[in-house]
Amino acid sequence: MKLTLDEVEHIAELARLDLSQAETAMYQEQLSAILEYFERLRQLSTEDIPPTATALPLRSVMREDVAGQPTSREDILHNAPADEEGCFEVPAVLE
Amino acid sequence: MSLHQLTIHEASRGLAAREFSATELVEAILERITSVDNETKAYLTLTPEAALECARSVDASIAAGESGPLLGIPLAIKDVLCTKGLATTCGSRILEGFVPPYNATAVARLRAAGAIILGKTNTDEFAMGSSTENSAFFTTHNPWDLDRVPGGSSGGSAAAVAADECLGALGTDTGGSVRQPASLCGVVGLKPTYGRVSRYGLIAYASSLDQVGVLAKDVTDAAIMLEAVSGHDPRDSTSLDAPVPQYEAALAQGDGLKCLRIGVPKEYFVEGVDPEVQTSVRAAIDKLVELGATAHEISLPHTDYALPVYYLIAPAEASANLARYDGVRYGLRVDADSPIEMYRATRGQGFGAEVKRRIMLGTYALSAGYYDAYYLKAQKVRTLIKADFDAAFDEVEVIATPVSPTTAFHIGAKTDDPLQMYLSDVLTMSVNLAGNCGISLPCGFDQAGLPVGLQLIGPALAEERILRTAFAYEQATDWHSRRPAL
Repeated sequence: MKLTLDEVEHIAELARLDLSQAETAMYQEQLSAILEYFERLRQLSTEDIPPTATALPLRSVMREDVAGQPTSREDILHNAPADEEGCFEVPAVLE
Repeated sequence: MSLHQLTIHEASRGLAAREFSATELVEAILERITSVDNETKAYLTLTPEAALECARSVDASIAAGESGPLLGIPLAIKDVLCTKGLATTCGSRILEGFVPPYNATAVARLRAAGAIILGKTNTDEFAMGSSTENSAFFTTHNPWDLDRVPGGSSGGSAAAVAADECLGALGTDTGGSVRQPASLCGVVGLKPTYGRVSRYGLIAYASSLDQVGVLAKDVTDAAIMLEAVSGHDPRDSTSLDAPVPQYEAALAQGDGLKCLRIGVPKEYFVEGVDPEVQTSVRAAIDKLVELGATAHEISLPHTDYALPVYYLIAPAEASANLARYDGVRYGLRVDADSPIEMYRATRGQGFGAEVKRRIMLGTYALSAGYYDAYYLKAQKVRTLIKADFDAAFDEVEVIATPVSPTTAFHIGAKTDDPLQMYLSDVLTMSVNLAGNCGISLPCGFDQAGLPVGLQLIGPALAEERILRTAFAYEQATDWHSRRPAL
């Protein structure tokens, strides 16, 4: 199965990735080849097989509701590309 | 013998006996790094001053009577594990300049045991790759042949151990990223059971498969490191609340390999697996039989489906995990007029080709109309792969296979063909999908003089068993003591 350029652009849009034209064309070829290889999964009948999300049995993990020492605001904002008044700064979301 | 050539257990004995100080040991390693790292390029970041300062404080502790298997031992950390106050890049431009405010639990446990951190080792970007060629910074070179890859994604850690640029290292293994580079560099690499080691502070790639592992010069050292990093962590709800055995003490316990049932899956000795690799691994299995084990041909019938299952599940999880790199809270930001434009531009420029490829693949597999055909289908086949192992472990105690279909390949040989690169992990990824543990250890050399690895797989929480088997093999052979001429 071959992905169309439109489909590749749609995936990139969903993933919030700016791609150049050359990249879009490259991923069209490569992803198509990879998906074709994956077709072999269709050989298997899995109708009654439950899915596995994790190799371990999942369980709810609870802890005592006790306050701890969080990472300081300064330490977190230290890594921010831009911050102002103790908050992350981003381009305007609303007009 | 120079100090940098020592194993962890040898160095620990020497420190305890005051034959040399931790400062002398660290100085020797730093000298070794200075003389060979321009060839191997194993490290992304070095912290010589901090290491020496730490060594001086360890020397004071030793003088005060303290001791421990990792006290004063210089180690390297793969650069996908957070280190407090020390840049952590994941081999990516998108995290350049990121300085974590906390340590990964595995790192914190090593430090608490008195280990000395030398620096951060190179990796494929976000641990996505099998050669370190996907690092945004540079490619690491295999110490056995500098024109070849060290494997990946923990290639920097494996090369650093092989080249005596550290005594041991942490790596991470999502589909083979500790075992495959260990095999290609001729060192020991252990991927513990999923949940054995906390993933807190391990920057996520594929959360249902990621596991911290250890790379070491021999099996004893791997046991020592595993013992130090294992155990429950309230900060990782998937970490197992199971007691941590004394892995090192367990190595020589019991009756050797007497009556140990070893399974040899026929699907792992097929066309595509280099005949020289097969010959070395078969000879290693013969050696295990000579040591008292019995070998039994078994079948893991869904082996052929592991690659598509892995490359649907891991990218799907990655596409969600890597959504956090949006230029807001840390790392690279490419300015734009709107937040959405900023996300697109930041991610488009900050991620490398393989990371984008996997994000796209995962996004597609999870997208409306394709979820059932790809992601759900892969999760169902994962059930079948796990069931293969469960059935096999009813019959045998350990499974023995090759680690990598080939020995180290030339730099650039597979970079244009992602599918060929993906096949490098075809013999290791099932272990992650099923949640088993596995160890890679040296079992020979091919005609080009490149190391071959033997993989021993155990069921969940059977680390003692695979370590003991590996230790018995290592005691009877001398592959592990060979070192590259650098």
